[in-house]
Amino acid sequence: MKLARRIISCLDTDGARVVKGVKFGGLRDAGDPAKLAARYNAEGADELVVLDIAASRDRRPTFLETIRRVACELAIPLTAGGGIRTLEEARSVVRAGADKVTVNTAAVERPELISELSGELGTQAVVLAIDAKFEAATNQWDVRVRGGREPANLDALAWAQRAVELGAGEILLTSMDRDGTQAGFDVALTSAASRAVSVPVIASGGAKTPQHFAEIFSAGAADAALAASIFHDSLQSIRILKEFLASQNIEVRLPC
Amino acid sequence: MSVAAFAIIDYGAGNVPSVEQALKKLAVDSRRVTQPGELDHANAIILPGVGHYAAIIRALDQHNLRSALLGAIASGIPFLGICLGLQALYTSSEEAPAVCGLNLLQGSVCSLPRSVKLPHMGWNRLRVRRPSTLLKGLSETDYFYFAHTFAAATETPEVVATCDHGVSFTAVIEHNNICATQFHPEKSGAAGARLLQNFVSLVR
Repeated sequence: MKLARRIISCLDTDGARVVKGVKFGGLRDAGDPAKLAARYNAEGADELVVLDIAASRDRRPTFLETIRRVACELAIPLTAGGGIRTLEEARSVVRAGADKVTVNTAAVERPELISELSGELGTQAVVLAIDAKFEAATNQWDVRVRGGREPANLDALAWAQRAVELGAGEILLTSMDRDGTQAGFDVALTSAASRAVSVPVIASGGAKTPQHFAEIFSAGAADAALAASIFHDSLQSIRILKEFLASQNIEVRLPC
Repeated sequence: MSVAAFAIIDYGAGNVPSVEQALKKLAVDSRRVTQPGELDHANAIILPGVGHYAAIIRALDQHNLRSALLGAIASGIPFLGICLGLQALYTSSEEAPAVCGLNLLQGSVCSLPRSVKLPHMGWNRLRVRRPSTLLKGLSETDYFYFAHTFAAATETPEVVATCDHGVSFTAVIEHNNICATQFHPEKSGAAGARLLQNFVSLVR
């Protein structure tokens, strides 16, 4: 008996609607978050992530309402985030029905935020999101912040380790080099991160085919793999994906 | 058909809304309880919990819920502890050695080994040790959602099922009216709903 590798579906929202972006760029509407959540719950997704990529203050109540609507549709765990800067904001996201919160830019700017969140919510509820981009000049993966627009001048692997020391219970690692390309997950980045930290690592960015998932679980040592658009557009059924992974002797929770 | 209210002890844990919602889907009315007197007329009591061992125990003591809860359990009211709500039943936890647990079960709660990724986060299966009401209709092929770093040892006779993550640990407890799961049935899809339904059947 082994812990199953998780397939996580991600909903990027503008607060109220699911939007789809390519390479952290242009957006288009991809549907109602509650409807998509219900579909993924039924199809056998192991977890759902809802991100507010607009993350503007005035839309915050809208996003909390979205979390409530999504949570009502789920019998699986829900992670929510996007623009969380304080413990109070994290609490409101949890009260709205999220099991875990994800933080990104605010944690880079003030790493103690991670300790504050894990101190109250528990480490299992704190997911550090890292947007990483390979820099050939330094031969390392750099952390990017503000939706990938700005360099943080941090080595992604060192930042992941520091965050775990501070109380992060999971790393959601997005490869900016792969995101939106559908060229496959970043195996080198994910396996390096997975070996660098003691907590689970969720691989994100670049998924298209079932082979991409098999590869990130085996060679990439990912504990979970996340995708958005291939599931929204029904390019990939979660059920068929999991059946394929099971046929490759990868432990997955097959939906009944 | 709706049964009379289940009391969900609300000490501020994050998973209270999820538990409420899971019960609602089973047509079970529930209410949040924060005061000892509110446990008096409960048909069943659920203690959900996520976070730190010290937080759940201190919250029970701060709200004067400890003796009311122990009294209600002693009177035979069906009880379900979830995650930290299972760990709270033990004498103590390595997570907060100075804190006294509810001491309804003998033994200590310890960290899972560092040889595996922690927290134990995700879906895992059970090893069933003996038949139980809670696991009726469920089997070793069903997956349940876990999210924890600490866990109870498996030696005690109350253990109905175990799980493995680096070491074997207690996953399900059933002992008279005391039930508990280390995983989150409210987040465990259809299998979790079946387990909750089985708990509800103890109440009817």
